[in-house]
Amino acid sequence: MLEVADLVVRYGSATALDGIDLRVEAGEMVALVGPNGAGKSTLVNTLSGILRPASGRVRVHGRLAQVPEGRQLFAELSVQDNLRVGAWRSGDRDPTRVYRVFPDLARIASQRAGTLSGGQQQMVAVGRALMSDPDILAVDELSLGLAPIVVAELVGHLTELNRDRGMAVLLIEQNARLAFDLCHRAYVLEAGLIVAEGRCADLATSPRVMRAYLGETGSEPQ
Amino acid sequence: MSAFLTYLLSGLAVGCSFALVASGFVTIHRVTRVVNFTQGTFTVLGGLTAGSMLNRGLPHGAAEAVAVLLAATVGLGVGVVAIGKPGTSPLASLVITLGLGIGAYAVEIVVWGDQPRSFAMLRGATVLAGARIQNQYFLVIGAALLTFGGLGVFFGRSYLGKALTACASNPYAARLAGINVTRMGLLAFALGGGLGGLAGVLVTPLQPVSFDSDVLLATNGFAAAIFGGLVRPSAALAGGLLLGVAESMVAGYLQASYQVEVALALMLAIMVWQARRRTLAVEEPG
Repeated sequence: MLEVADLVVRYGSATALDGIDLRVEAGEMVALVGPNGAGKSTLVNTLSGILRPASGRVRVHGRLAQVPEGRQLFAELSVQDNLRVGAWRSGDRDPTRVYRVFPDLARIASQRAGTLSGGQQQMVAVGRALMSDPDILAVDELSLGLAPIVVAELVGHLTELNRDRGMAVLLIEQNARLAFDLCHRAYVLEAGLIVAEGRCADLATSPRVMRAYLGETGSEPQ
Repeated sequence: MSAFLTYLLSGLAVGCSFALVASGFVTIHRVTRVVNFTQGTFTVLGGLTAGSMLNRGLPHGAAEAVAVLLAATVGLGVGVVAIGKPGTSPLASLVITLGLGIGAYAVEIVVWGDQPRSFAMLRGATVLAGARIQNQYFLVIGAALLTFGGLGVFFGRSYLGKALTACASNPYAARLAGINVTRMGLLAFALGGGLGGLAGVLVTPLQPVSFDSDVLLATNGFAAAIFGGLVRPSAALAGGLLLGVAESMVAGYLQASYQVEVALALMLAIMVWQARRRTLAVEEPG
C-alpha cells in the first residue's frame, strides 16, 4: 500500500530524514512514534507530496490522504464546505458518506469550522481527509490537545474504518502508549532515523522504548 | 431636504464606482492574502484601452470587452510575477505589485501620453428627486449590483468559489486536499484584473483618466474594500456606498476640496471602531 525506501529529505543543508525505510500493507494500522523534531511531520508531508525528497523513493498504491497536525481546517468555511473541499481529488462532493462515519458532523454541518471545539474540529479534519476516498490515511497527532474521552471516541472511529473498510492507517503520534495500543506494527523515529521497528507488543516491552516513550523508569519488564 | 436627497443619490452612484474598484481588491486578497497595488493600474488600463479601441472604430461593447480582457490578461501577468514563485510571502508580493504598478506608468505614457483621456458612453443626465444624475452612473450602478451579486454567488455558493476561499484560509490544507494553490491565486489575479478593467471602462466616461489616476482610484477602492476586511464582497459594496455618500455630503454641505480627506478619515474611524470591537470580542468570549 505504501512503500518508502531509503528516503532522504533536506531543508537546505540540514538533513531532516536520513535513509528512511517504511512499509504499510493494505488494511494495516501502523504507528510512527518519536519525540518532537524527530522528522515525523516531515515524513508525512513528503508522503503527501508537499515536500520533495532529496533522494529515495515513496510509492503509494492508491490514494493517500493526510489529517494534518493541528487540524488545519478552513476556519471561515462551514463544516459541510470543509468536507466538500476535501473532495477536490475524488470528485464525489456529497458528504453523506462521512456523516455516516461521524453522525455528529451532520448536526453541525452549517456551523463555521472555526467555532467548533477541538474534538469536533478533529472529526472534521478526519472527515475532510475521508472525502478524497483514500486507501491509506496518514493521521498526524490525532490526540494532541484533546481530552482523553474525545481521543477514545476518535480512536474508535479510526478502528472502525480500518476494520470495516480495510482502510490502511499510518498513525503519527507523540503518545506512544496510545499508538501501541491501537496499531499492529510501529516505527520509532529519532533525529531523522528509524531507530526501532517491529510489532507493537514487542516494542512496548523493549526497555529502551519504554524509557523514552512510555514514561517507565527503566525497570525490566516482568 | 431636497439637497440632502440630491447628495445622497449622487453619493450612492459615486459609491458604486468605488465599490467596483474595491471588488478587484477583495477578489485577489480573499484568495491570495496579497494587497494588490496594481489594482488601480488595471482600472486605468481598462479605461485607456477602451478609449483607444473606440477611436479605432470598434463598436461599443466590443471595445469595452477588449479592454476588460486585456486588463484580465495583465492581471494574470502581474499574478505570475507576484505569486508565481513558491514561498513568496504576501508582503513580498505586495511590494512586487507596487513595483509593477509604477513600472506600468512608463508603458502607459509611451502608449497613451501623459494627458488625461476619456470617451463617451451613455450621454445625458436624468433628474431624480431633484438630483441630476448622469446616465452613465446608471450603468455603473447596474454593473456594481451585477458584479457584487455575481461575486456573492460565486464565493458563497459555487464549489470553485469555496475552493478559492479555502486557498487563503489555509493554503497548507488546501494543498493537502490536492488544490494547486498557485494556480488558484493566478485565477484570482486574472479575475481581479478583469474587474479592475470593468471599473475603468465604466468610470472613464465620468472622469478622464491618465497614467497616474490609479492612485486616487485605488485609494477610494481600497478604503471601500478594507471596510470588509478585504475579504467580504458585500461589506466592500457597503463600504463603497458609505464612502461615496460621505464624500458627497462633505462636498455638498462643507467644502468640495476636503471631500476625500474627510471621507477617508471617516473610514479610518470606522475601521478603528471595528478593530476595537473585534478585540473586545476576543477578550470576552461568549
